[in-house]
Amino acid sequence: MATADKEKKLKEGWEGISRFFRANSLWMLMYCTGCCAIELPQAMTSRYDMERLGMGPMATPRQADVLLVTGYLSVKTLRRVIYAYEQMSTPKYIVAFGPCTINGGIYHDAATVIKSLDQYLPIDVYIAGCMPKPEAVMNGFQDLIDMIKDKTADGWKRYRDNYDWYKQNQIESLGELRIKDEYHE
Amino acid sequence: MVINQLPLQILTGLAILAFAFFWQTSLSGITRKIVARYHKRYGPKWYQEFRDIFKLMSKTGVTHGWVYDFGVMMALGGIMATVMFMPLMKFTAFPGFDNFFIYVYLFAVGMLGMAMSAVGSGNPLAGIGVMRALTQMVGYEVPFMIVVLAIINGHGTSSLSQLAAIQQQAGVLSWNLVKMPIGTVAAFICLLGMLGKKPFETFIAPAEIASGPMVEYGGKQLGMLMILHQFSIFIEVSLFMNLFLGGAANPLGFALKYMAVYVLASLISQAMGRFKIDQVIKFFYKIPIALAILQAVMVVYLGWGV
Repeated sequence: MATADKEKKLKEGWEGISRFFRANSLWMLMYCTGCCAIELPQAMTSRYDMERLGMGPMATPRQADVLLVTGYLSVKTLRRVIYAYEQMSTPKYIVAFGPCTINGGIYHDAATVIKSLDQYLPIDVYIAGCMPKPEAVMNGFQDLIDMIKDKTADGWKRYRDNYDWYKQNQIESLGELRIKDEYHE
Repeated sequence: MVINQLPLQILTGLAILAFAFFWQTSLSGITRKIVARYHKRYGPKWYQEFRDIFKLMSKTGVTHGWVYDFGVMMALGGIMATVMFMPLMKFTAFPGFDNFFIYVYLFAVGMLGMAMSAVGSGNPLAGIGVMRALTQMVGYEVPFMIVVLAIINGHGTSSLSQLAAIQQQAGVLSWNLVKMPIGTVAAFICLLGMLGKKPFETFIAPAEIASGPMVEYGGKQLGMLMILHQFSIFIEVSLFMNLFLGGAANPLGFALKYMAVYVLASLISQAMGRFKIDQVIKFFYKIPIALAILQAVMVVYLGWGV
């Protein structure tokens, strides 16, 4: 029993250190098909300087920690987002921008746009505003950092635990989840 | 090499390895800060690179087959072995084994491991990236080798620590930077190519081929690749320092020279656009190679600067 306790403590300590480093080194994958993406350049460059939080853009899903979904997603783009999200290595987080990801926003009556993103993928932080100002974007990232530090940014765990539910919703909206592989077919 | 000195030598080698890692990783962070000030930004903490590496090591890693995993290990092992042979100030882990050509061959092990691993991931962008990296290597190696062979010919030794000692005889005036300025310029351009700084960033090209060889790396493998990157910067900058700036006799000189070379390369990178791969080759085979041959003729046939 004593060794099990010790192991648990050690694991928790390791997790605590890991969380500290993860919180301060967030690499972003920007899925910027929505209009909120226009607020990211200001947040990244000299006015608001995202790099001082340890954040930076990355080229591929494999390298990234945070998936930024900037605005509405059509049925076609949702499929790509799901693929990108599932390629990221855990722990991974999603930040959703604007009202489009909550209830469809100005696209609430469009047939091809999905309304509520958290039916399909677990969201850690929503950033309000149409579009959110760079201050709001920076505030959202700071919130994400605080959530990682106090263990509440657990979207990837929710996705793992409720995988069947998410998958069912995805298939209901998309029909099938397969993307044609242009390279190997 | 005396056999009973071997444990001590290996310990020295490991110490050099540890120093190289902490020094270059800190300096990468400091350089990010300097670059940020250059952009009128505040920039990350100086230990940001340590955070990035530790974070990557604490993530889960995905494998793409054993070639991919083995290639990363081979690359990291090859580069770490190269660092252990590097003379550092007055210390050399394996005295007598610091011939310039040892670095050339050992360094190639790392580069080939990296290429093997990247191609093993099966992503076509990784293949394109590796092809570009090796093409670029053919570009910068030739002028760099011409300059270095001229130096070896002129000074009559190919041992890195002896070359550094020769340059330390009469202060700044005996540096190859002063004696062979044209060759130094050519070699510095080649150094930019080796470091993958911006005019020669073609094989990374994040916006074009999604970071090239690194496209499928994530988690632990990417962490190992980041460590490898720090070590290879250390090797490249140390080689340049020992060949042209008279090595380093004391810690202060080492720190100043090393920082000057690396920060200058990083700042040049920020002010440049990116060449296409054919432009890289054409450039290397025009300007640096012409400068290198000019310098070699001056050293070998005219005897200037020896």
